[in-house]
Amino acid sequence: MLNQLWLVPTLPLLGFLILALCGSRWSRGLVATVGCGSIGLSALVATAAGFDLLTTNSENASFTQHLWNWFEVGGLSLSIGLHLDALSLLMILVVTWVAFFIHIYASEYMAKEGYSRFFAYLNLFVCAMLVLVLADNLLMLLLGWEGVGLCSYLLIGFWYSDPANGAAARKAFVVTRVGDTALMVGILLLFKHLGTLDIGQILSTANAQWQPGSTIAITAAALLLGGAVGKSSQLPLQTWLPDAMAGPTPVSALVHAATMVTAGVYLIARMHGIFLLAPVVMGVVAVLGATTMLVAGCSALVQSDLKRVLAYSTISQIGYMFLALGVGAWTAAMFHFMTHAFFKALLFLGAGAVIHSLNDQKDMFKMGGLRKKLPAVFWTFLIGSASLAALPLVTSGFYSKELILWSAWASPHGHPTLWAAGIVGAFITALYTTRAVILTFFGKVKTEVSHQPGARMVLPLCILAALSTVAGLLQTPHSLGHLHAFSDLLETALPVTHLNGSSSVEITLQAVAVAIVLAGVALAYWLYQKAPHLPERIASGWGKPIRKAWLAGWGFDWIYDQLLVKPIVAVAQLNRRDIIDLFYTGLASFARLLNFLLSASQTGRMRWYAAGISAGTIFIFLIVYFT
Amino acid sequence: MSAVPINHVLILAAILFSVGLTGVLARRNIIFMLVSVEVMLNAAGLAFVAAGARWQQADGQVMFLFILTMASAEVAVGLALILHLHWRRLSLDSDTLNKMKG
Amino acid sequence: MINLFYIAALVAIIATVLAITRHHAVHALLYLIVSLLAVALVFFTLGAPFVAALEVIIYAGAILVLFLFVMMMLNLGQDAKEQEREWQPLRIWIGPALLSCILLALIIHAIMGEGSASVVTEEVGPKAVGSLLFGPYMIAAELGAFLLMAGVVGASHLRRREFQSEITGKEES
Repeated sequence: MLNQLWLVPTLPLLGFLILALCGSRWSRGLVATVGCGSIGLSALVATAAGFDLLTTNSENASFTQHLWNWFEVGGLSLSIGLHLDALSLLMILVVTWVAFFIHIYASEYMAKEGYSRFFAYLNLFVCAMLVLVLADNLLMLLLGWEGVGLCSYLLIGFWYSDPANGAAARKAFVVTRVGDTALMVGILLLFKHLGTLDIGQILSTANAQWQPGSTIAITAAALLLGGAVGKSSQLPLQTWLPDAMAGPTPVSALVHAATMVTAGVYLIARMHGIFLLAPVVMGVVAVLGATTMLVAGCSALVQSDLKRVLAYSTISQIGYMFLALGVGAWTAAMFHFMTHAFFKALLFLGAGAVIHSLNDQKDMFKMGGLRKKLPAVFWTFLIGSASLAALPLVTSGFYSKELILWSAWASPHGHPTLWAAGIVGAFITALYTTRAVILTFFGKVKTEVSHQPGARMVLPLCILAALSTVAGLLQTPHSLGHLHAFSDLLETALPVTHLNGSSSVEITLQAVAVAIVLAGVALAYWLYQKAPHLPERIASGWGKPIRKAWLAGWGFDWIYDQLLVKPIVAVAQLNRRDIIDLFYTGLASFARLLNFLLSASQTGRMRWYAAGISAGTIFIFLIVYFT
Repeated sequence: MSAVPINHVLILAAILFSVGLTGVLARRNIIFMLVSVEVMLNAAGLAFVAAGARWQQADGQVMFLFILTMASAEVAVGLALILHLHWRRLSLDSDTLNKMKG
Repeated sequence: MINLFYIAALVAIIATVLAITRHHAVHALLYLIVSLLAVALVFFTLGAPFVAALEVIIYAGAILVLFLFVMMMLNLGQDAKEQEREWQPLRIWIGPALLSCILLALIIHAIMGEGSASVVTEEVGPKAVGSLLFGPYMIAAELGAFLLMAGVVGASHLRRREFQSEITGKEES
């Protein structure tokens, strides 16, 4: 199946083309079949290809498929090629399967107009994401990168008739563009110095040519980090993701939780060689990740919109991944990416089911008591929340988060401060997750359920819930049997992380983490279930300014508004009459004036023309004769 | 053979030309404008023939032949246009035919 | 011979002035014929009998007769004459006449400045003209033929469309 690898991105593209060309005339069933079928087939091909890859050569598991030459110019020969190794295999499996489940979910969820348009966009998104992941050179990666950005824009603004949605889409596009620009500059820099765009060659030549810690390596890594930060919604470009929740919920689940926002994580993991040459940037990645995790976690604590809680939670969890990347724990980051893709997609889909059942009610304070009304959604949501909060032993989130925390402590790049930040983050995560669950599913019924989700919505929830539970068992810590299937797989593509620390320390740290998480859950339970008046009193009392700041995402939007948007708008206002162009418009209006005069002379009367000719003759005669 | 001063011939041509020009400028009826144009062409031809006679060359007469050719073609098309206008009950007044107004 | 030239010139000028000032088109054309015949006489005095003959045959004979035929087809009567009188009040002549006089004065001034040379009126016969026309001027002659063809095609095209719309009674847009 390896030689059919090209089918993996092509099938969704085909689905997109078919739906875009004739989807609007088809029935909903047919559209859903094509939309889900293309992704499903792609997932099957990806699985088969992965199986072949792992069975045929397990030593150095990578496979490059050269499809054709893209272009050749000035000694640069660029190919359209697909590169499959353990890292991209993990990505395509997660992307295709999660996308498949979400497509099935969406086939019931999407009820309003634009059914085929939605599936067309979604298929295009999956195609672009797969191109991004499978690209064997940076330019093709950029193609996919911009493709997912475009689809993100289209899908956030899917219900374009509401101007707010359009504004959110624009914001997402423009803010990520800042990062994209950095990435593009980084790619050009790499090309200028290394003379190639092929990722494998870049990594090997950079390793051979550049000194660790050299300026050029730091610059290149920092620029790549800029791209990753924009796409993955990390500080300081994290402001777009909460607003991106304006899109349909399946989009939030697929694009803004499971796949696209983790493209930055993938980019850093893919370009790990460059980052290893720039230890400073690695430190920046870790600190950025830790800071983002805490900042976004705090914001998630006070949100009332269920989807916004999850959005801030996504930012926070990607912060964890960045933390792991920053300390050189590549495998841990990818492990958390995988588990996060499962449980966050699950949570978003569950939230979508709740919102759908309550007729688009997104405010958690107007929900409540849904435990009995929506049992299937409740149980799956609970499993997802447990995984997000990293409840010990039974959830996948626990294992991936433990690995990150342990790496933050024990890796040569790690530091106890980073571990401490991770622990605080875990506490906050447990707190807001439990808060969301209690507010939504416990307590009194505040809004009646209008209809139950159907099988096509519940089934993906169940599958994702199962995955959220068992996926963690691929990799367990030393204290719990030390399974290491996942790291064995990924370490064929990514460097091995050497963790130095005794198992007694590890167990102690784990105990601390578990205690912290349980304390967080207990605190939230006490605050929102036993003493619900207390948070309100805090929020209206001394906590008011803090709540306000956290609710607005620490005021980043306000700062950017003051620092960037307002000045630019002011300059634009100043220049609305095109001061610089005044000279050129003046030329144009002068020409218009002449045109006016000349066209006034065109009376259409022949005799005047003849008179004009005679007068001209006389004039020329005078000139010739008397000079 | 007695000789005619070349100046006088050319002045005759100039006078005829000016009269034709006056006609073109003054008459509003297209038919008369066409007649006046013929006068002007003829005057130009006269100048050519005079010049040819002055230097005893046949070139001037050849040029007159070309003017003649041109005049007949012009008259053919011009008269066809006049008939066209007339049959469509349009005025022959050149001042009302101002569709080319800019 | 000189006297013949001056008489012919006088006739030509008077006939031309009359031709462009008549209100009746047929009268104007008849005066124009007179003018052309006078010019033909001038050509003859200049020693160009071939051109003089062409002037009579083609200009006065063919072109002006074509004009007359068209006038007949237009069938302009007394009304046209009245209208012409209405269109041409005397003051309309002032401007054009002024312009022409300035031009004429300039030209005459230029011509007189060149000094006077007499034309030696030796005949340049049709043979010389013919050998020149079909020698060095061959291409120009061919182009003249093209021009005539274009005139024929253009005229017939205009008439044909006209004829069709006459038959069907439909006005063209």
